[in-house]
Amino acid sequence: MNKLKTTGTYIFLILAAFISIFPFLWMLISATNTSADVTKGKLIPGSYFFDNISNLFSSIDIGTALINSAKVSITTTLLSLVIASLAGYGFEIYRSKAKDVVFSILLLSMMIPFAAIMIPLFQMFAKLSSVAPAIGIDTLSGVILPTVVTAFLIFFFRQSTKMFPKELLEAGRIDGLSELGLFIRVYAPTMKTTYAAAGIITFMASWNNYLWPLIVLQSPENQTIPMLISQLGSSYSPDYGMIMTAIVISTIPTALVFFFMQKHFVAGMTGSVK
Amino acid sequence: MKTEVRRTSIRGSSIRTKANLTGWLFISLAVIMIVIFYFYPMLQALLLSFKSGTGMNLDYVGIDNYKRLFSDKTFTTALTNTFIYLIVQVPVMIILALFLSVLLNSRQLKFRGFFRTAIFLPAVTSLVAYSVIFKYLFATDGMINKLFMSIQLIQTPIEWITDPFWAKVTIIIAITWRWTGYNMIFYLSALQNIDQSIYEAARIDGASATRQFFGITIPLLKPIILFTSITSTIGTLQLFDEVVNITQGGPGNATLSISHYIYNLSFKYTSDFGYAATVSYSIVVIIIILAFLQFKLAGDKK
Repeated sequence: MNKLKTTGTYIFLILAAFISIFPFLWMLISATNTSADVTKGKLIPGSYFFDNISNLFSSIDIGTALINSAKVSITTTLLSLVIASLAGYGFEIYRSKAKDVVFSILLLSMMIPFAAIMIPLFQMFAKLSSVAPAIGIDTLSGVILPTVVTAFLIFFFRQSTKMFPKELLEAGRIDGLSELGLFIRVYAPTMKTTYAAAGIITFMASWNNYLWPLIVLQSPENQTIPMLISQLGSSYSPDYGMIMTAIVISTIPTALVFFFMQKHFVAGMTGSVK
Repeated sequence: MKTEVRRTSIRGSSIRTKANLTGWLFISLAVIMIVIFYFYPMLQALLLSFKSGTGMNLDYVGIDNYKRLFSDKTFTTALTNTFIYLIVQVPVMIILALFLSVLLNSRQLKFRGFFRTAIFLPAVTSLVAYSVIFKYLFATDGMINKLFMSIQLIQTPIEWITDPFWAKVTIIIAITWRWTGYNMIFYLSALQNIDQSIYEAARIDGASATRQFFGITIPLLKPIILFTSITSTIGTLQLFDEVVNITQGGPGNATLSISHYIYNLSFKYTSDFGYAATVSYSIVVIIIILAFLQFKLAGDKK
C-alpha cells in the first residue's frame, strides 16, 4: 500500500514537472528549427538558431525594443526601491496613529483594478503632453511614472523593517548622524536582502508589463518587448522559429535574475505575507 | 545617567514632534504618488462613468451609461466569461497547489528541489510570452493535438482556439499553468513553519493522513489560502494579457474578459471613455463584494 502511494506521488510529480517544463522545452527547441520544422512538430533541437537570430535582427527592430524595456525596467526599479523603502521605513520607525491610518488607506489601493484607472491615467498623460511633452503620451517616462510606487512594495518594506534592529539607529544617533543619514548609512546597508527581493519583484513586473505601455506608447520606436512579442504573435504568416527565438531573447534578463537570485525571489514573494 | 533621562523627558515632546515630522517627510513622496496615480484616477473614473462622447469631448449624461450597461449583451458575455474563469480556475488551481505543496513538503521525497523549481518555473515567465507560446501549442495543427493523437487520447484534433467551449478551456489551462506553482510556493513556506510535533501527536492519536490534512494542515493554512484566493480573484477579474494574445477574445466574444472589453471600448472601437469607465466600475464593485465575502467566509469560523 505504502509503496503504491510513493509510486503514485512520483508519477504525479513527474507529470506536473513535465507539464510545467514542456512549453519551455518546446520554445527552446523551436528556436533552433525552421518554421516548417516547427509546424511539422519536430521535437529535436536543430541547427537553425543563428539563422533565426540573424533573420530576427534584420527584419525586426528587436534591439530598440530591448533597450526601451531595459530603460523602463531599470529606472522603475531604482526609483521604486528608493521611494518605497523610504516610506516603509518612515511608517515603521516613526510610527504614529495618524500614519497607521494613512497606511491602511494606501493598502486599499492594492484592490484597485488597473482596468478601472487606465482611462483616467491615459487622459492625465494626454493632458500632460501639451504642457510637458517629455513626460506625456508616447514617452518612456509616461510608462514609468504611474508604475513606480505600489502599495505592495511599501507594505513589503514595512514588514521587513519590523525585523530591523532598532538599537543600530540609537547608536547612529549618538554618533551624530542625521535622520536621513541614519536611513542611508545604517538602514539601507543592513537591509540588502530586502532590497534584493524587492528589486527582483519590481524588475520582473516592469519588464513584463504589457497593458499600460500598450496604451501610453504609440510610435514603433518606443515599443517595449512585450508589445513586440505580442505583435509578432499575431502576424498572419508567422515564422515560428524566429518568433520563438525572439521570446527566448526576451526571457533572458528575467531568467538570469531568477536563477541568480532564486532564494531572494522566493523569500521576497512569501516573506511579505508571513 | 539620571540627568540624561530627565533631560530627554523634558525635551521629549519637542523631539517627538520633530521625529513625527521627519516621519511624514519619509513617507510623503510615496503617499503623494499613490494619491496621484491610484486614488485620483479612481475618482476621475467615477466622474467619467457619468459622461459620454468620443475621444476627449465628453458631456455629462447622468446615469445613461449605467442603463446601457444593463442592456449591453457584450458586457453580459464578458462578465459571464470572467465568472466562468473565476469559478472554475481559482478553486482548481488552489486545490492543485495545496496538493502539490503537501507532497513536496514530505521529507522523504527525493529530488524535492528539482520538482519545486520545475513547477515554480512558469511563474517567472512573462504573460505575453507564455500566451504566444500557448497560442501556437494549442493551435488545431499544434503540438498538443499532435501529442494527444500520437498517444491515442483523441482521434480528431480538438479546436482549442477556434471552438467557443474549448477556447475557454484553453484560457483556463493557460492561467492554471502560469499560476499554480506561484501559489504553491506560498503554501510550501507556510507548511515549513508548522511545528512537526502537531503531526506527531496526531499520528499517535491514530489520525490518518487524510484526517491530518483536513484537521491540521487546512486550518493552519487558512490565512494564506485566504490571501492567495483574494489575490487570484483580483488577478482573474483583471485578466487581459492571455485573452488578448491567445484568442483575441474570440471566437466571437467567447473568451472576452472584462478588462479586454474595457480596452476595446476605449482604444479599439470608436473610443467612448465614459462608457468604458462605467464598465470598469463594475469590476471595482465585484472586487469589493467578493473580497468582503471571502473575508466573511474565513473570518466567521475563527
